Amino acid sequence: MAAPKHSLDWEAISLCLVFGALAAVAILFLVGPTLIMLLTSFTPSQSLKFPPDGLSLRWYVALLDADQMQAAAWNSLVVAFWTTVFSVVLGTAAALGIARNRSVLARACDVLFMSPLLLPALAFGFAALIFIHKLGFAPSIPFLVLGHIVVCVPFVLRTTIAALSQLDPALLDASYSLGGGRLMTFRRVTLPLIAPGLAAGAFLAFMASFDNVPVSLFLADERTEVLPIHLWQQIETNLDVRTAAVSGLIVIFTLILMLLAERLAGLTRQMR
Amino acid sequence: MNSNQSPLVLPLAALFVAFFVAPLIVLLALSLTADTAAWTAANYVKFFTDRFNYSILWDTLFLGLKATLVCLVFGYPIAWICARASARWQSVLIFLVILPVLTSVVVRTFAWIVILGRQGILNQLALGIGLTREPLRLLYSEPGVIMVLVQVQMPLMVLPILTVLTKLDPNLADASHVLGAGEWRTLWRVTLPLSLPGVIAGCILTYSACVTAFVTQTLIGGARLIYMPLNIYQQAIGANNWPFAAAISVIFMVAVLAVVALLAMMGRRSESYGGA
Repeated sequence: MAAPKHSLDWEAISLCLVFGALAAVAILFLVGPTLIMLLTSFTPSQSLKFPPDGLSLRWYVALLDADQMQAAAWNSLVVAFWTTVFSVVLGTAAALGIARNRSVLARACDVLFMSPLLLPALAFGFAALIFIHKLGFAPSIPFLVLGHIVVCVPFVLRTTIAALSQLDPALLDASYSLGGGRLMTFRRVTLPLIAPGLAAGAFLAFMASFDNVPVSLFLADERTEVLPIHLWQQIETNLDVRTAAVSGLIVIFTLILMLLAERLAGLTRQMR
Repeated sequence: MNSNQSPLVLPLAALFVAFFVAPLIVLLALSLTADTAAWTAANYVKFFTDRFNYSILWDTLFLGLKATLVCLVFGYPIAWICARASARWQSVLIFLVILPVLTSVVVRTFAWIVILGRQGILNQLALGIGLTREPLRLLYSEPGVIMVLVQVQMPLMVLPILTVLTKLDPNLADASHVLGAGEWRTLWRVTLPLSLPGVIAGCILTYSACVTAFVTQTLIGGARLIYMPLNIYQQAIGANNWPFAAAISVIFMVAVLAVVALLAMMGRRSESYGGA
C-alpha cells in the first residue's frame, strides 16, 4: 500500500531537513575536533595554533627523544595486551555460561559483570587501591591489569553474548550427534562462528584499557606510569606541542586498527 | 546453550568477587570509620552538613542530565538517518560515530583545548565576524564542559537507539501514513514511542559516562569547576583523607545508581508500550 500522494509532502521535507541538519551538525561535531588536532600536530612552530603555519614532522621527530613518554606508552601497551588476553579468555568462558541461560544465577552474573560500565570507574579505582593497600601490597602492573580487566571485560561479554545468541543451536546438536566432543564442538563450530563478535569485543577492550584513566590514576605508580595519565598531566601543567604529536600518533593508530577491525571482524556490524 | 556450561562463569565470577565486590565492601567499611571511633557515620554527616560538598554532588548529577539531553537531541537524528540509509552508508556513518569513542578520551579532550582556548578557532571566528570584542571564556566554563562531554559521549547514545530503530517493523510507519498521519506525527506517535527502550538504554550509558568523565571534567573545567570525581581524587590523593574520600565515593555511587535505576524503571514501562 502506498501512502496517498500529495503534490508535495511538506511534512516529509521539513522532517528530513530538520533531522538532516541536526545529524550533519552532530557528525561534523564528532569528527571535526580530531581532524583539527591532527592537522595542528604537524605545526612547525612552538604554539598550538590552527590553522598551522605550515606542515612539518618536527614534533614527531622530537618524540624519538621523549624517554618518559616512550616508557609510558610501552607500559600502556603491555597493560592493554594482558588485559585483552585475560578479558577474552575469561569473558568468552563466562559468555558461554550466560548466553541462553535463563536461570536467576546467570542473570545475576550478567548484571554483576556489566555493572562496571555504569558505576563510577574512579570510585572503583579508589576502592581497589584501598583494598590492595589493606592486603599489604603496593600498586604494580599485575594489580593494574586486574583493575583493567574488571572495567574492560564487559565489552568482550557484550559482543560475545550477542554473537552466541545468534548461533543456531541445531549446529551444535549436529556436531554432538556426529560424535564431536564438547571441546571439539567449541573449537570447530562455536568458535569460528562467534569469532567476529569476539574479535570486535577484544578490540574494544584493548582500546578501553589503553585509554583508561580513572582506574590507572590509583593503581599506577611512578614506575608504572601509563600513557593517558602522562598525557593528562602534561596537558594540565605545560602544553607541549609534543603532546599534540603523540595525540596525532594515537589517532592514526586508532584509525588503522579500526579499519583492520572493520575488514577482519565487520566492526560496524558488531556495534549495532 | 545448555546449563551444563554454566560452570564456565565461575572464573570470571571469582575474579569479580575478589577484585570488584571485595574492594567495594572494603570501601564501604572504610567510609564508616574515623580516627576517633571504630564505626561512625561522621564522614557522611560531614558531607551533608557542608554546603560546598553537596553542591558539588548536585552540580555533577545536573551536569550529567544536561549533557545527556543534548546528546539525545543530536544523537536521535543520527540514529534515525542511519537506520534508513543503505547498508554501505550505514557502515560509513557508524564508522564515523564510533571513531571518536575509540580515540583516546585524553586526545579528544586535548583537541577541544586547541579549539576552545583564547586563541582557539572558535574565538578567532567569533572575533573575526565581530560577534564579540573580547575572546570568550569557553575553557573552564560549564557550557564548555557540556559541549565537550556531548562530543565525547554521544556515540553511547546513538548506538542503542540505532539497534532498536533497525529492528522496527517498517510496516508500522507505513500503516501510520496510510491512516493519514504525516511524517512528524508518525515520528511522534509511532517511531519515537517504539524506540523508547533504545533511548532509555542510551540515556543510561551516556549519563553514567558523563558524570564520571574525570578527564574531560578536569581538563575543560579546570581547577575551579569541581565535580564529584575530582572531589574524590583531591580528598584521596591531595588531602590523603581516605575515610572521607571513601564516604564521598559511596555517596556518588549510590546517587548515580539511583538515577540509573530510575531510568531503567522508565525503560521497563516503555517496553510494555512496544509489546502491546
